[in-house]
Amino acid sequence: MGGPVWSVAEGRPYGAYRRLADGLRAYRMIAGMWIRSTMAYRLSFAMTMFGNFAGTVLDFVAIMLMFSQVDELGGYTLPEVAFLYGLASTSFGLVDLAVGSMDRLGRRVRDGTLDTLLVRPAPVLAQVAADRFALRRLGRVTQGALVLGYAVAVLDIDWTPLKVLMVPMALFCGGLVFGALFVAGGAFQFVAQDAAEVQNAFTYGGNTLLQYPPTVFAKELVRGVTFVLPLAFVNWLPALYVLGRPYPLDLPAWVAFTPPLVGAGCCVLAGLAWRAGLRSYRSTGS
Amino acid sequence: MGTGRLYAAVAAGGFRRYATYRAATAAGVFTNTVFGLILAYTYIALWDEKPRLGGYDQAQALTYVWISQALLAVMSTMGGGFEDELIERIRTGDIAVDLYRPADLQLWWLAGDLGRALFQLLGRGVVPLVFGALAFELALPGDPLVWLAFLVAVLLGLVVSFAIRFLVALAAFWLMDGLGAAQLAGLCGIFFSGMLLPLNVFPGALGEIARALPWSALIQRPVDVLLGEAGVLGTFVFQGAWAVALLAAGRVLQSVATRRVVVQGG
Repeated sequence: MGGPVWSVAEGRPYGAYRRLADGLRAYRMIAGMWIRSTMAYRLSFAMTMFGNFAGTVLDFVAIMLMFSQVDELGGYTLPEVAFLYGLASTSFGLVDLAVGSMDRLGRRVRDGTLDTLLVRPAPVLAQVAADRFALRRLGRVTQGALVLGYAVAVLDIDWTPLKVLMVPMALFCGGLVFGALFVAGGAFQFVAQDAAEVQNAFTYGGNTLLQYPPTVFAKELVRGVTFVLPLAFVNWLPALYVLGRPYPLDLPAWVAFTPPLVGAGCCVLAGLAWRAGLRSYRSTGS
Repeated sequence: MGTGRLYAAVAAGGFRRYATYRAATAAGVFTNTVFGLILAYTYIALWDEKPRLGGYDQAQALTYVWISQALLAVMSTMGGGFEDELIERIRTGDIAVDLYRPADLQLWWLAGDLGRALFQLLGRGVVPLVFGALAFELALPGDPLVWLAFLVAVLLGLVVSFAIRFLVALAAFWLMDGLGAAQLAGLCGIFFSGMLLPLNVFPGALGEIARALPWSALIQRPVDVLLGEAGVLGTFVFQGAWAVALLAAGRVLQSVATRRVVVQGG
């Protein structure tokens, strides 16, 4: 018995392309299977989807309640905070929908069911990402988009073509950074099986952090999420460019255009971490 | 075996079961600390803008952040405790085995959940609070009696939390897949426990309602006892009344469920 067919070398570029296509196809099939399975309990699906939506709505309601008591938070008004919130939540929501199941990997390592994925002829990353694909997470995306829409409608922004482009760029590149976090977190779980919650601190915690303006946080923390864990590139820097606000840490204006590079860099690093994690995996053999 | 000893053994089992997963506990502590840090900075900005908001000064507000992070897992504020397992047993029909046991269903699960909570109070509660106390200036009381009253309020809050989740789990007898109901209850827990924002910062009628609902017994009330912002006896009566009412409702629902619903499986 040879290795999986798709990994047989067929010339480098073609092989890589083929792997990607295979991965996406496997992802689509597994996700589709989970959607059909979810639909077996329709009422429960409707309730969980609503719950996902309402949960994130309450998250924003808490911010609105804060603004019922004060006019500004860290020098930012409610629509400005809503803009930050909408950008972060929408890109995070899309990534959470696509690969949010990565935090179940540790459980699979522990109970040995990861072995099943390893013998299937499809990339493991695609299988893990699509595992228990949860369509209900559309709730978060919807809520994030609504908040973003509200912010854009209410804010008095002097729109230029560059500022308009900044919004989809931030959503896409922010998604790359968050996606890299999920994959790197998955890789970490090969080592620390039960520690799935550490990943939540970075993914959900990062999303929560980015919903508030950088002026709220201590300088060391802002420095950390700019230079060490580049969360600032998800929404802070692009949004501050659009809002015409000064950057934290006296960063130059052009950094608002660097998220594509940062996002791509994060993905490469996360890919390497994933490979290292998968290679280091030793089955419990039970 | 005496009944008291039986439930003590179940509680000890609950404690040991959660104590087994040390890495998960460490990970949880880390996550609570990160979220505590984020919330602490937003509260500082909020209280800078409006000192004495909700009757707290800034040190009290920061104490609120770190105590609520310490209690988050203890209270199963967002759900995810025993009820997921009970729902699964109802869905698969294993509940029939539980009903045959010569033990009370509600007390059995309550004992297990109290064991879990005690472990999480020690394992997940202490470290974030110590971190918070080191990193920020908190308003922790020096009087041991206040701490004792706080612990009693935590215990009462736990019983309320259990009683709510027991009701939610029993809904699975009718819904089959109880995930949706559990999630909705979790949402109420997140919002009305005061985990996102202290309930006394909620404006007007919303604040009045939020403070009267049982979820306020989970976090807001115990923290207020610790901060000396609420009468001890009044808090105990409030929590105790909700605990009794919800436990009784759980009993009624349990007897209806076991009489009217045909257990699945064969």
